[in-house]
Amino acid sequence: MSVAVAKPGEVKHNYLNAGDTVRSWLLTTDHKRIAVLYLVSVTLFFAVGGLLALLIRLELLTPQGDLMTSETYNRVFTMHGVVMIFLFLIPAIPAVLGNFLVPLMIGARDLAFPRLNLASWYVYMAGGLIATWAMVNGGVDTGWTFYPPYSSSYSTSQVTLTIVGAFLVGFSSIFTGINFIVTIHKMRAPGLTWFRLPLFIWAHYATSVIIVLGTPVVAITLLLVAVERVFRLGIFDPALGGDPILFQHLFWFYSHPAVYIMILPAMGVISEVIACFSRKRVFGYHFVAFSSVAIAVVGFLVWGHHMFTTGQSVYAGMVFSLLSFLVAVPSAVKVFNWTATMYKGTIEFRAPMLYVMGFLGLFVIGGLTGLFLASLATDIHLQDTYFVVAHFHYIMVGGTIFGYLAGLHFWWPKMTGRMYPEGIAKLAALIIFAGFNLTFFPQFVLGYLGMPRRYHWYPEEWQMLHVMSSAGAALLGIGYILPIFYLLWSLRNGAIAGPNPWGATGLEWKTDSPPITHNFEETPIVTEEPYAYENHHQHEEVASGTGASTAEA
Amino acid sequence: MNNGHDTHTHIVPIKVYLLVYVALLVLLVATVGAAYLPGHHTLLNNIIALTIAVVKAVLVVLYFMHVRYSTRLTWLWASAGFFWLLIMFILTLGDYFTRHWVPVQGWE
Repeated sequence: MSVAVAKPGEVKHNYLNAGDTVRSWLLTTDHKRIAVLYLVSVTLFFAVGGLLALLIRLELLTPQGDLMTSETYNRVFTMHGVVMIFLFLIPAIPAVLGNFLVPLMIGARDLAFPRLNLASWYVYMAGGLIATWAMVNGGVDTGWTFYPPYSSSYSTSQVTLTIVGAFLVGFSSIFTGINFIVTIHKMRAPGLTWFRLPLFIWAHYATSVIIVLGTPVVAITLLLVAVERVFRLGIFDPALGGDPILFQHLFWFYSHPAVYIMILPAMGVISEVIACFSRKRVFGYHFVAFSSVAIAVVGFLVWGHHMFTTGQSVYAGMVFSLLSFLVAVPSAVKVFNWTATMYKGTIEFRAPMLYVMGFLGLFVIGGLTGLFLASLATDIHLQDTYFVVAHFHYIMVGGTIFGYLAGLHFWWPKMTGRMYPEGIAKLAALIIFAGFNLTFFPQFVLGYLGMPRRYHWYPEEWQMLHVMSSAGAALLGIGYILPIFYLLWSLRNGAIAGPNPWGATGLEWKTDSPPITHNFEETPIVTEEPYAYENHHQHEEVASGTGASTAEA
Repeated sequence: MNNGHDTHTHIVPIKVYLLVYVALLVLLVATVGAAYLPGHHTLLNNIIALTIAVVKAVLVVLYFMHVRYSTRLTWLWASAGFFWLLIMFILTLGDYFTRHWVPVQGWE
């Protein structure tokens, strides 16, 4: 695989200029181009979900439901959930950053199944467009969880169509998961042993395990709801001889681990960024790597904490409560190790690092409020209140979106060959952090006071908290729009990045920015441990005196 | 080191496929027969039906899906699928079997 050497002044070949027709993009099997296709798609769906969120917050400015009817409000928050979870949060980091970086980080030319990768994008788009079509053709009013018997017997909205969309998007996710697992097992560069893998790869491996083992369950479960709805077979509806709690078991068996599908890749991003901007080896590499796998496994044992108040056996509730507390252990291992990585590091507060700092604080708050909800007694009061809404937004937005934005900024030079403007990027990070906290912190208080989720009428004494929350949402909206503008601006006007603008370790920084179509001029051979920043002298180092021990492969 | 290409392909004789097919048909008949046993709709009947179903699935996975002739890595993943299914069944049934237990005094 030899690439012609560029003459002075000549534009070097890379994946972006390898073909400029629409056909060359739509029929590409290059993982990097597919990542760009995903980037555009998830951004569009994020915009749709964000607009729906702003509508919700606009409605909640006043105690009366005076902007829309109850039926419309039901459809708006349902579609906000469906679009944000199935079409943005789950695919965001794996399908954009994962697709782009997994082969680059392990020294491979592409993923194991390039055409399956392209198929995953088409299936995703088909599912997304079907769900969007359902939204503009009457919408769906069941909540994103599609609980029967309402969803299967009583709702007159577009439940079946939305379920078909979610079903398809699930399979797109499975395709990506299978691709990552096989690629990581089979296509590592010579010398790249399991314990030399970047933690981003460990995180994506664990995520893929969850995707492959969990997603088929929710896909078939949703299909069963559609079957009950269309053919009136009694599966979940008690009136037909079914059991609605069975649906919740099957649904949450996947949909709780789905939260880990969202957060684990973000954790992988955090590990990379923290190591780079602290100029230090990740503290306790093995623990961080195995905690990803532990989260993937233990994450499958806790789904019943969504069902404490739904008629599940109290004994099962006790077991699920205990297991839910256990999943805090590997999560805490990661947070402690990240903070230990920063200790005595040479910390540089670039925009990705600001997002990472935001992530750490918000993820801890989100995680600790999860313990309130995993406790049987407190959950009786807090179930289905705004406390829950605030908790999962702290994890999903404060965790996943912050991780995604950190990763997008960190690898933007690699993806495009251009630097983003640092000053405005830092400003956007601060606006997003402030807007996020102003939006969701009051919701903890609202939930504690008893404001139920999914209601749009509320007593007047809660209006101030809702106004704060809505003001925060407006700020958050501005914060999200800024990166869209300055990142697009940087495509033409950003400074030329060069192969390794951050002085980072890792194979992806050893090739051009943007990378050539086949990633590497020749297959790299790995001879050093991951995050060996002590061997990299691009940046001035401060002697830490800790003498980090090398991890044995 | 890892070129990702498995040069070893195992050719399975047609006879083996046919034997597995016949075994699956016999198990199918056994499932239907078990449904006619006295006292059907009992727990025993469910256990028999599910056991036969698991045996059939294992046959399909081992022979039709070639797992029997695959690497240990493939074995590991196939087993993981079953293990996860087991998690789903055990914890879900943990709810069903204990739902009617008498709660401790003062829990209601």
